[in-house]
Amino acid sequence: MKTNSPSVALFIPCYVDQFYPQVGIATLELLEKLGCQVTYPSGQTCCGQPLANAGYARDTVGTARHFIETFNDYDYVVCPSGSCTLHVKEHFPTIAGLEKEQEALEHKIYELIEFITDVLKIEKLEGKFPHRVGFHSSCHGQRGLHLSSGSELNQPPYNKARKLLENLAGLEWVELSRTDECCGFGGTFAVTEEALSIQMGKDRLADHLEHKTEILTGGDMSCIMHLQGIATRSKQELKFLHLAEILNQALS
Amino acid sequence: MTHPENAAEFLKDSQKSKWHDETLWFVRDKRDKVSKGIPEWEQLRELASGIKDNVLANLANYLEEFERNTTKNGIIVHWAADSEEHNRLVLEILQQQNCTAVVKSKSILTEECHLNPYLEKHGVEVVDTDLGERIVQFLNQPPSHIVLPAIHLKKGEISELFHEKLHTEKGNEDPAYLTQAARVHLREKFFAAKVAITGVNFGIAETGEFVVCTNEGNADMGVHLAQVHIACMGIEKILPRRKDLGVFLRLLARSATGQPITNYNSHFRSPSTGKEIHIILVDNGRTAQLAREKFRNSLKCIRCGACMNTCPIYRRSGGFSYNSTVPGPIGSILSPGLDLKKHSSLPFASTLCGSCTDVCPVKINIHEQLYEWRQEVTKTQGEFAKGLSMKLANGIFKSPLAYKISGSLMRNAVKSLPNSLIYHPLNTWGKNRNLPDPPKESFQQWYRKNRS
Ligand code: SF4
Repeated sequence: MKTNSPSVALFIPCYVDQFYPQVGIATLELLEKLGCQVTYPSGQTCCGQPLANAGYARDTVGTARHFIETFNDYDYVVCPSGSCTLHVKEHFPTIAGLEKEQEALEHKIYELIEFITDVLKIEKLEGKFPHRVGFHSSCHGQRGLHLSSGSELNQPPYNKARKLLENLAGLEWVELSRTDECCGFGGTFAVTEEALSIQMGKDRLADHLEHKTEILTGGDMSCIMHLQGIATRSKQELKFLHLAEILNQALS
Repeated sequence: MTHPENAAEFLKDSQKSKWHDETLWFVRDKRDKVSKGIPEWEQLRELASGIKDNVLANLANYLEEFERNTTKNGIIVHWAADSEEHNRLVLEILQQQNCTAVVKSKSILTEECHLNPYLEKHGVEVVDTDLGERIVQFLNQPPSHIVLPAIHLKKGEISELFHEKLHTEKGNEDPAYLTQAARVHLREKFFAAKVAITGVNFGIAETGEFVVCTNEGNADMGVHLAQVHIACMGIEKILPRRKDLGVFLRLLARSATGQPITNYNSHFRSPSTGKEIHIILVDNGRTAQLAREKFRNSLKCIRCGACMNTCPIYRRSGGFSYNSTVPGPIGSILSPGLDLKKHSSLPFASTLCGSCTDVCPVKINIHEQLYEWRQEVTKTQGEFAKGLSMKLANGIFKSPLAYKISGSLMRNAVKSLPNSLIYHPLNTWGKNRNLPDPPKESFQQWYRKNRS
């Protein structure tokens, strides 16, 4: 490991912590392989997004304050979720007395992939992953954090995750019909608009199946949990992995 | 009925809802392709957004300038504070003309004011002359989309309807044949109408002219045959200068249908000799919206419908599921301003995916306003929020998926997460989805064992 490398704090979203510890582990190991000095600050909880998106942002002041304090002493905060990262950056309520710390946090928190490409400035990763991989573009990662170009905008196409994945030996990138349509998770939407949520998920899966995706991946485990939930219920032969898991496996 | 209930109903006919999704996606895709042919597309959007911001910031001045110049041009200007006043003004003009049959083209505003039933109640026959509008009028339905009002109907349904109403051949679904039949039918109505009503896409303050954009040319047809033209215009439709039109006409057609230009961009400036033009400037909640800082810029909307075509919810739930004149994402941020209680489920009819915001030609931050309306709805506990908090309290809290939503977790920022939440197989999440298999330990536990 490099000496005097910046200190990186891992922020593991609560549902990843509880349901997908392997994604947390992969994130940690991957960052370490890339030479980072990583700590997981204990005592971290949740970013408050589910409550805020349900219309109760005013009840997330305590959560936000706790979050800012927990991650204050690190150079970077890295999170394997575009959605939670975006929430911290854009939707935290302003916390009285911590304005400076809050502003600093907004600038030092990164989603995992953008941390690799934009902060560590890694252009390509050497490794192999001989599989057909279909990428699910999470809306908050794409339209919120601009991790890839959106089909709505007139801009040169780019995709930070694709850049890293495509360089892996043997990996086949799956071209989809609708490259960035929402999967229908949407937090509370998944339960308040259950019928729509399911239909949207089924439509995304159909696109992947039609184009022979073997492993469906993405940067947000919440989308994947939803898609995987529908796929397993309907006994579809798809595998699901977080980007961190693919990259970490490829590099070992 | 709330949006989720309507959406679930719409999805029951899976073939039709799939067709609806694909039809609108086709329009969105066409818009993508044609917009990418304009290298300065994003600058155009920026410019349009800036022009509209300026209009909203100086609305009173521009409106007065518009009134001065239209009056100078010989147009009669009326002001309506709300839909009742608007409807009354229209009726008064009709009565002065002893007119009992009017033709109408391109006006969502008159839909918003429910003008048709009002006039019919007062003995006036109203004929919507645009094909899609006429179709839904035959069915006694409101439009389901602001640009494609009959998009919820398939060819076969229209063929059947025309067979019944216009005596076309049974089973003939040829669009050209059906359109021709509607034309012949409408021609009679055009000849008979003394007064024609149109909407307004853009009112130009500098010149006192206004522009109506149509693909079928019915606004012109109606207006030129009639003695009197009544133009109904929302007060936010102002543009400062004629040259601003260049920006908006390029954006409007491409965003709406993927056409490079609308077929007829008709400019009206002064009445021909012996004829009259009336403009009714309508507020109907717009100044109230203007006063709401977070929601003000929803008034920049040029009603292109692109946010509907792109919306994964709209495409799969149909326009009627919103229960408001303007459906889809923009409707979901406008309607709560008119009646928060009635429309309380609309801000939640979204995953906040943000596609609407990126597609919008005037850069309205639609998905952020949906988020903000949610905060408002829960404050006043609209009908939907009550149901929502019940759901949060009952069903969702008990599922491991949603333990993270727990209020105590949020408020007290507890140090460790509850591990023993019970999975109810019958809760909403689990109806059509499995939950991940619970791992033997959480990441936190793993970390404690392996790294500290
Ligand atoms: S909000 Fe934007 S995209 Fe939607 S109809 Fe209005 S102008 Fe078009």
